[in-house]
Amino acid sequence: MPVRPTATPLLLATLLTATALSACGSGSGSSPDTVKISFKQSTDNSIRVMDTYLGQMKKEFEKANPGKKVELVPIKAPDSEYYTKLQQMLRSPKTAPDLVYEDTFLINSDITSGYLKPLDAYLDKWPDWNQFIDTAKSAAKAQDGKTYGVPDGTDTRGLWFDKGVFQKAGLPADWQPKSWDDVLSAARTIKRKVPGVTPLNVYTGKPAGEAATMQGFEMLLYGTGDGKTDPMYDTAAKKWVAGSQAFKDALTFVETVYKEKLGPDVSDALDPNFPTTVRGELLPKGKLGINLDGSWLPQDWQKGAGHEWPEWSQKLGLAYMPTQHGQAPGKVSMSGGWTWAIPSKAGNPDLAFKFVETMQTKANAQKWYIANSGIAVRKDVASDPAYVQAQPGIKFFTDLVASTHYRPAYPAYPKVSTAVQEAMEGVTTGDSSVDKAASGYDEELKTATDGQVVRK
Amino acid sequence: MRAAPAAPAAAKTVSPRRPGRPRVLARALPVAPAVILLLLFLAGPIAYCAYIAFTDLQLTGQAHSSFVGFENFRAAFKDEAFLNAVWLTLVFTVLSSLVGQNTLGLALAALMQRASKPVRTLVGGIVITAWVLPEVVAGFLLYAFFRREGTLNAILDWLHLPTQNWLFTLPILAVSFANVWRGTAFSMLVYSAALNEIPKEITEAAEVDGAGGWRRMWHITLPMIRRSIATNLMLNTLQTLSVFGLIWVMTRGGPGNRSQTLPLFMYEQAFQKSMIGYGTAVALLLLVVGALFSVVYMRLLRTEV
Repeated sequence: MPVRPTATPLLLATLLTATALSACGSGSGSSPDTVKISFKQSTDNSIRVMDTYLGQMKKEFEKANPGKKVELVPIKAPDSEYYTKLQQMLRSPKTAPDLVYEDTFLINSDITSGYLKPLDAYLDKWPDWNQFIDTAKSAAKAQDGKTYGVPDGTDTRGLWFDKGVFQKAGLPADWQPKSWDDVLSAARTIKRKVPGVTPLNVYTGKPAGEAATMQGFEMLLYGTGDGKTDPMYDTAAKKWVAGSQAFKDALTFVETVYKEKLGPDVSDALDPNFPTTVRGELLPKGKLGINLDGSWLPQDWQKGAGHEWPEWSQKLGLAYMPTQHGQAPGKVSMSGGWTWAIPSKAGNPDLAFKFVETMQTKANAQKWYIANSGIAVRKDVASDPAYVQAQPGIKFFTDLVASTHYRPAYPAYPKVSTAVQEAMEGVTTGDSSVDKAASGYDEELKTATDGQVVRK
Repeated sequence: MRAAPAAPAAAKTVSPRRPGRPRVLARALPVAPAVILLLLFLAGPIAYCAYIAFTDLQLTGQAHSSFVGFENFRAAFKDEAFLNAVWLTLVFTVLSSLVGQNTLGLALAALMQRASKPVRTLVGGIVITAWVLPEVVAGFLLYAFFRREGTLNAILDWLHLPTQNWLFTLPILAVSFANVWRGTAFSMLVYSAALNEIPKEITEAAEVDGAGGWRRMWHITLPMIRRSIATNLMLNTLQTLSVFGLIWVMTRGGPGNRSQTLPLFMYEQAFQKSMIGYGTAVALLLLVVGALFSVVYMRLLRTEV
């Protein structure tokens, strides 16, 4: 007779399933002569912009500091997973690198967690810090007034459009929409006249992560109202804004794009690698009419970047994103950017800052802005003609800095951002109406911000 | 014959005398390292998880965590997304494990009993290949099968049948099918072994008495492999409940939340929204779901043969 299974093996099986769910990390202590540097590696294997640049910096640093070593620890992941991985590494002195690449959108949250080290002591003694523009200096400044990161550039956003597609659709080559309706009607024209082309891309949904929130939603949201008050966060009351008409209007725009099939197929739009597809395939192959996206796109098209496409500046036009009804100031942009930060559990913070200094000499910073199509945050670089002329588009996007907005990057922001993505995804798939998605956001907002919410 | 009461009685008669304390210690010594390792790496993390589930620990955005009692569990049951995940987990488990893997596995095993050796080797080989593939690879294969320009649509198109984006229109069905495809081999192996155990004479006697194929299946085969069915269901279910990679690769729980089962929901809460405490609480609830299924199957086992 077969043995009757008893409770014990069952329990064990259940427990094993449970342990399989918990992951474990490994790491090693750091040697005093090695700087460990963690950065985000592109999920696209052919793109090695940052790897190449850091490789050069490593060489330069090791040459200038005999006996010291730089160890690059790339994290290859889409944005949202990069942050998670990094946060896990930052929790323990065993795994914490000496220098990390932090998105400004998450830096306040990580500062609040005590993951990062204030850099004021270093910055005070560093003459180059005076070259940074003020907004950039405040990008990584926490609510405690201390600075936790050195920005390596910023970015702005606008509309990229395919001149070839526009010609076929009978739209002007110097297109500049004046309102949201202008953008939509251009997309409708493309849909009607140029079959086989995606008329308009607006990033959406959770898979796209922060790209959906920032390139997509906020480019719309911050174009409502007078352009002076923050539609997401009431700075005076220190509360998050819920129940606003502006929020619904922005959602309605997203809904229109996907309901009228002006955007990419929903299943493509909700593919986590879609941003890579847009840059690597759709735009270079002329399959996308209008793309609401960031200033950094050309980094993928430069020589040696993987999807070499030097003709892009003849093929693509640039237009700024208009405000909702064309009201003042007429255009809208969002800015963010990344910073170099030193973990509080880093073994070699001094050496790490020395590496930052190496990367941020004027020459090296300029090299980096040009390599990654970044927008300069150093005055000396911004005024250098070599930088302005290095690439078509740089002037367009640098000019946008004047009318740009920064996200309310407070600790709750990453969760608020996810709530935005959920609302977007709801209207994109058609699972929820604008009203339902907006009230879902209001609910989530309350939880994410511990009730620090004001209704407008 | 009643099987259940016999076992404890037998156990009692086997150990007639109690060994002394030193001997117990001496006997325990060789297993001590294993026990310590188990405690350290198995029980330890689980206990830690159980503790975290009662705190508001976050991955980022928080300087100190604090004990919040049952707050996470209360929040879960008020959370529409959680209830949606529970529902989808049940659908996924019933469809892919109970109905799919289990039935298909049994059918394959039964058919292969009669099949010739080359057929048996070929079918077995194919089914087992799907099983030994890493979960992520299987996920990509099935993603390629179901996606808009995928194999399935190519076939449908060739047959002049309407195509659609399966991962978008029927995500939970698509991932359930994927799990059936991947996991059937296990059931097939379990049932093949069980069917081989059935004495030939009984089947032959039934055949002589004039019982047809279905009657033999229903009245002889199924009752005789009842224990294997329950064991198989249990293991299948526990495995299916924790499926993550397959769904993650194919749909990431989307579109919307339409294929977000509990493991994916848990991952989202813990790692994407940084709410480790809440995510862990959900993980514990997932254990409860598994335990509930196990209880049901154990009841099933207890019925007499």
